[in-house]
Amino acid sequence: MKILVCISNVPDTTSKINFTGDNKEFDKNGVQYVINPWDEYALTRAIELKEAKGGSVTVLNVGEADAEPNIRKALAIGADDAIRVNAHPKDAYFVAQQITAVAKEGGYDMILMGKESIDYNGFQVHNMVGEMMGIPSVTPAFKLDMVDDSTARLEREIEGGKEVVEVKLPFVASAQQPMCEPRIPNMRGIMTARTKPLKVVEPAGGEAKSEYVNYSKPEKKSGVKLIDAENAGELIKLLRNEAKVL
Amino acid sequence: MSVLVFVEGLNGEIKKSSLEAASYGSQVAQAMGTTATAVAIGDVHEEALAKLGEQGISKVLYDADDRLKQFVADAYVKVIAKAAQQESAKVLVFSNSNIGAAVGSKLAVRLNGSLATNVTELPKMDGGNFIVTRGVFSGKAFADVNLTSDVKIIAVKKNSTDIISNAGSTATVEKLSADLAESDFAAAPKETVMQDTDGGVLLPEAEIVVSGGRGMKGPENWHLIETLAKELGAATACSKPVSDIGWRPHHEHVGQTGITVSPNLYIAAGISGAIQHLAGVNSSKVIVVINKDPEAPFFKAADYGIVGDALEVLPKLIEAAKALDK
Repeated sequence: MKILVCISNVPDTTSKINFTGDNKEFDKNGVQYVINPWDEYALTRAIELKEAKGGSVTVLNVGEADAEPNIRKALAIGADDAIRVNAHPKDAYFVAQQITAVAKEGGYDMILMGKESIDYNGFQVHNMVGEMMGIPSVTPAFKLDMVDDSTARLEREIEGGKEVVEVKLPFVASAQQPMCEPRIPNMRGIMTARTKPLKVVEPAGGEAKSEYVNYSKPEKKSGVKLIDAENAGELIKLLRNEAKVL
Repeated sequence: MSVLVFVEGLNGEIKKSSLEAASYGSQVAQAMGTTATAVAIGDVHEEALAKLGEQGISKVLYDADDRLKQFVADAYVKVIAKAAQQESAKVLVFSNSNIGAAVGSKLAVRLNGSLATNVTELPKMDGGNFIVTRGVFSGKAFADVNLTSDVKIIAVKKNSTDIISNAGSTATVEKLSADLAESDFAAAPKETVMQDTDGGVLLPEAEIVVSGGRGMKGPENWHLIETLAKELGAATACSKPVSDIGWRPHHEHVGQTGITVSPNLYIAAGISGAIQHLAGVNSSKVIVVINKDPEAPFFKAADYGIVGDALEVLPKLIEAAKALDK
């Protein structure tokens, strides 16, 4: 089974977010980058399936050279090889076109990724890739198992419940917890990752359909109003009469 | 040229998030000097459809195909694409739900359109631009995005649009048939299981959320969270550590890598307010924090706070909530 796992290179969840250049650009200064946490579920599950059923796991990133340390990390966790499409990921549509081009060439049985990236929170790319390739996309999935060699059984979250879906290979799915326990690289993995193939390819044309023109941050709260713990019930009255939310 | 809004039904009624999308869509239509049409699919009574007039919708297209009562992406996409073509829609509006965003993404490819999800404000249209504001960096920032294609698709973040209610206005309801084939249902779910909320409120749609963290000291104390939630008509939620150690199910985990909520009122009991948790809740209108540590970072993001042990404070809140006129 050939599995393609798409990963994004994103600011660590503890990062403070700032902008530069008149709020037109994200300020990378002092920001640590990690593999998008949602993508780690897709990566680990892909490796588990490979270990159980045989096959290979290829990691794909659409991004610039500064993503390579995290691509190597994915190889250290257990992917076999990697492809980087050398382009700034302009928007979801652009990224989906690049993934589709790589996926069509590689003939993968399964294309997995996280449900969204924690930087742009699009929740778009997986469904776009499914539509561009004309194959099913199951998102966001929190369970993925093989029923037989050509059929997968997934559970996906819907508002207020879940759906159980069975699809034939090939398909696209996006992952979220509790699909698996994301792995961290061990020393042996880190050593072998250095020699695993990482191929850099140029983008297959493609266009963006949106432009990010400006950024802003949420307004700060004006300050907390403290209520004495002994008179905690007072809070409920304030929420009704002052904040008017009850 | 018109604005097309996709509305989702649940148990015969239109979801609150879809009433917000309808209100958003009709305001966009008004700004563009056109009308808003809704396309309804799924489990919704026909009487509920005409009432969309109250949200400024002029016409509702309804596909009553029974097979559409459960969500099947390919079939939904086909129905909405047909409605978009029939109405010459240039702007399509969805709720930013798992269904809305999924269908919106597929339609962006099929209609060659620009898509923005997680949108929080009405578009600014001038000089040929069509700029929407959307939440990015998991609640830590907003971005203004220009949608450059001819067709624009917007998925509106829940609880970010006030619902318009022009009492008594009705929409005309017309049947729509997209001539769906058996193959459009190939990826239909085998089984759909809804959570047993025990008469409670679903977290993604909730206007009030009561959430607990490690300061609750153990799952055996969760009845305090549940009782307060029940008194206030709220949904229950939890922090990441609480779902990681298995005190509560994963679908209740609110935060950067869980679900993002934006209710009118978020009550956090025994949650210190790590940056990842704040990211998931900071667009809530009013935040209440109960924590015994006066230095807990959550107090900086709160509107109201009580410094005290959640296990002692919650019973007092429950008592006060019981005394409210409902």
